[in-house]
Amino acid sequence: MKRSRWSFNLISYIILLLGLGLVAIPIWYMVSTAFKPQTMIFEMPPKLWPMPSTLNNFIKALTTDRFGLYFWNSTKVALTSTVLTVLISSLLAFAFAKLKFPGKEPLFYILLLGMMVPPVMLIIPQFIVAHWLSLYNNLWGLILVYITMNISMQTFLLRGVFEDIPRELEEAAFIDGGSPLTIFWRIVLPLSGPGLAVVVINSFLYSWEEYTWANVNIGDSMRRTLPIGIALFQSEHLTEWGQVFAASLVALVPVVIIFIVFQRYFVQGISTTGIKG
Amino acid sequence: MLSNRTRSQIIPAIIFLLPGFALFTVFFIGPLFYSLRISFFKWNFAHPDLSVWVGFKNYATQLRNPVFQRAVLNTTVYTIITVSVKMVLGFLVAVLLNQKIRGRTGFRVAYYLPVITSWVIVSLLFTYMFSGQAGLVNYVLKNILHILDHDIMWLADGVLALVPVILVDIWKGVGWTAVIFLAGLQSIPMELNEAAAVDGASRLNQLRYITIPMLRGTLVFLLVVLLLGGLNAFVPFQLITHGGNPLDQTHSILTLMVRATFSRLDFGTGAAISYMLTLFVFALSLLQLKLLRKPTGE
Repeated sequence: MKRSRWSFNLISYIILLLGLGLVAIPIWYMVSTAFKPQTMIFEMPPKLWPMPSTLNNFIKALTTDRFGLYFWNSTKVALTSTVLTVLISSLLAFAFAKLKFPGKEPLFYILLLGMMVPPVMLIIPQFIVAHWLSLYNNLWGLILVYITMNISMQTFLLRGVFEDIPRELEEAAFIDGGSPLTIFWRIVLPLSGPGLAVVVINSFLYSWEEYTWANVNIGDSMRRTLPIGIALFQSEHLTEWGQVFAASLVALVPVVIIFIVFQRYFVQGISTTGIKG
Repeated sequence: MLSNRTRSQIIPAIIFLLPGFALFTVFFIGPLFYSLRISFFKWNFAHPDLSVWVGFKNYATQLRNPVFQRAVLNTTVYTIITVSVKMVLGFLVAVLLNQKIRGRTGFRVAYYLPVITSWVIVSLLFTYMFSGQAGLVNYVLKNILHILDHDIMWLADGVLALVPVILVDIWKGVGWTAVIFLAGLQSIPMELNEAAAVDGASRLNQLRYITIPMLRGTLVFLLVVLLLGGLNAFVPFQLITHGGNPLDQTHSILTLMVRATFSRLDFGTGAAISYMLTLFVFALSLLQLKLLRKPTGE
């Protein structure tokens, strides 16, 4: 018995390490390319670490092509969308979880439509609406659409979280004369940390890396976000892969930070949000 | 007392719902119906009032268009392969990581790295690895494994170009699938497996008779989300094959839709393509929601 357990573990390790290798190779290739001089970009066989290595790609990528501006645009868009998505979807989720009003379930199902109709399909009419509202070429055009495309899923997740908070807590507050807003702000939100963390991760990642809508709605080169900037850079400088990946690595920094900060909540968050079915 | 409270909650409910539903109406519900309308017109973007009603012509033309048929085929093949591989590998990784083994957290973080890397970056990365003259993949196949004796021009071939597109999706998606499976696995009470082990059930039998039936909800959820994602693939197709290269052979349904709309300014055709996909996806998700509802009855 003990022996078979041990060999089972060994096989597990071997498979996991093999998988780890497959995951790691492309990442290693990207990182090492970012440190390669341009003359070595297509040199074979690939070395574990480029000799000589250089920071030139980072310097060039960061100082040309308005990289700083794109980074700043992406930061504004991602932070604003995240804050507003968390706020708006928790307001919605609170109403659906804790308030009584007519038409609650039909309204909830209408909202869930947003999970079934994927973003790219609405691009044509959204483009037209953005023109009407003068949101074309405007970062608010990105922010408002990102919030909209996110609230269905996030409200669905948060409703489950909020419903798990014991009623007695709100009832006590209600008897003490607390309004729904007080209950929402003082009781429900502070008790929903992990669920809110998942919403923060989801909406930040979505708006930081969204490409399709940004590509359609932003024509002015001063208002581009990072994904557009990086993709365009690659198509304009076809073989300068070192610079492409240097820029990509810098673009990944905020994502990795968010991931490390919230990692703890991640699996926990998923399992508390009722996905387990 | 109760009805009193019910009445008093309508106004707060409106206040809580208003911001979300205002956005949802303007940028979702409105566009959903507007798109349907556009799809029946030869749409004139600059002067919408000059648009000409053409009925189902946009739909019919596309259904007969070989480029559209090819895009449907590409999308279907892509979806079937990526969804099944991700389900199998994701499940395997989750089961392995659900044991008490050292370095669990490390593995979990590592497997998740591709998930948090953006689509744009991973698509460019795979374009680079599959580049013809001196890409890493050709090098490995030719000089290390000796399977090939010449370089393959992956991206210049209408079928082979789908290989990097499919692989990038699997590479990026396994970690997410595994995390969802892992959450499902952890919600299964330990006692079940322990009791079965005491009764002498092998690990494989425990997997088959306890774990997989208990995971039904998770399985259906993953299937819905992955299928939707697959059918709506856009960025990897767009960036790796530059939207259909060579000769419009490698479109996904959505890259074709975007091409029709924004390169040829044929909004009617674009809307018709996206509506066909929407209806199909919608039917599929209703079917799956029904499957999800029945057995667990949560």
